[in-house]
Amino acid sequence: MRCRKCGKEAVMNMRQHKLALCRDHYIEWFVERTEKTIRLYKMFRREDKILVAVSGGKDSLSLWDVLLRLGYKADGMYINLGIEHQGYSQVSLEKVKQFASAHPEAELHIVDIKALYGRSIPEFARESWRGQRVCALCGLVKRHEMNRLAIEGGYYAIATGHNLDDEAAALLGNVLRWQTGYLARQGPVLPSDYPGLARKVKPFCRMYERETAAYALLMGIDYIYDECPYAVGSTSIFYKNLLNQLERNSPGSKLSFYLSFLQAKEEGRVRFKEEEAPPLHACQRCGQPTTAPGYCAFCRLVYKPSKEEVEAALEGSTDVEFA
Amino acid sequence: MVKLIYRDKEWEVRPGITVKKAVEEVGLLIEAVIPVKDGKLITEDTVLKDGDVVKLIAVISGG
Ligand code: SF4
Ligand SMILES: [Zn+2]
Ligand SMILES: [Zn+2]
Repeated sequence: MRCRKCGKEAVMNMRQHKLALCRDHYIEWFVERTEKTIRLYKMFRREDKILVAVSGGKDSLSLWDVLLRLGYKADGMYINLGIEHQGYSQVSLEKVKQFASAHPEAELHIVDIKALYGRSIPEFARESWRGQRVCALCGLVKRHEMNRLAIEGGYYAIATGHNLDDEAAALLGNVLRWQTGYLARQGPVLPSDYPGLARKVKPFCRMYERETAAYALLMGIDYIYDECPYAVGSTSIFYKNLLNQLERNSPGSKLSFYLSFLQAKEEGRVRFKEEEAPPLHACQRCGQPTTAPGYCAFCRLVYKPSKEEVEAALEGSTDVEFA
Repeated sequence: MVKLIYRDKEWEVRPGITVKKAVEEVGLLIEAVIPVKDGKLITEDTVLKDGDVVKLIAVISGG
């Protein structure tokens, strides 16, 4: 197959776009499409300071790379979860550090959960949570710490590496259960609608997971290939496989599933009522917005980790997204 | 024969078929992998030759 732009041997064919490109034209296309997505959804401007949540995986490192390439002021944030299984945290931290050292123009913040709060994510889980909910706990901790750093560091927004497959899988999950509250909020931008709550953006929301992987490979970005051991067998992987079967027979269906959802919401053709959330107030310990009385879910987990209190903390947490 | 490598698995398929066909024969989808031969990304219409070794990079991650 030949590159549509120059006729050289193509390295990527995107059936959903009826577009095959050589290495150089692929990279150019990928970077431009990310820039267009940032503009389309008015995510941030060139002068804004952005905090990229990096895990060491292909999506977040590619995102950091593209934002720097485009000239944005993008710093990285890595959260060391202390997952020792298969050396996951250690290896991913190495990949992130390696990337950061090649980009001296950007700063890398490392948050070590165990060093700060006395326990790693698996230790928190063993202490007070049922095994299968490690990801819910992990998500809670990551959201809190990302928000804390973004606010403390004066960042305009947190950028995450969520790609189209992540978004389409989340959408499928939300639709299958008609989670209207999540459907109301799901989108490329989560605005900061309360003081102390950081804005969140997803500049890769229109990029296929296959496209972000190709970018990382073509750019020689050294990312962690094996994913977090807790992700194995997750529902989101199951949904992604289902969507890929659809995509196989009907190229572009993943993209239109997500984009027409956004468009229908935008044009008011579908409307989902946000769940009536109890009013937010500042957590008595950390000051982050919470609906729970007194301590937020995170502070309850960290500072009073009895089983009942932790269960209650999860119940009281309203910012749990389908992950 | 042509060798396909995916994570810790390996298969042999016959030469003369496309990457897409080979990937589907071993039960995978081209949508979920990126084929790499001699360190280079190849498109799914590439016809495999005897002795080719193709690494299939998994692109799906979860969590
Ligand atoms: S898969 Fe679960 S435990 Fe692992 S990083 Fe993601 S949310 Fe955390
Ligand atoms: Zn070209
Ligand atoms: Zn708190």
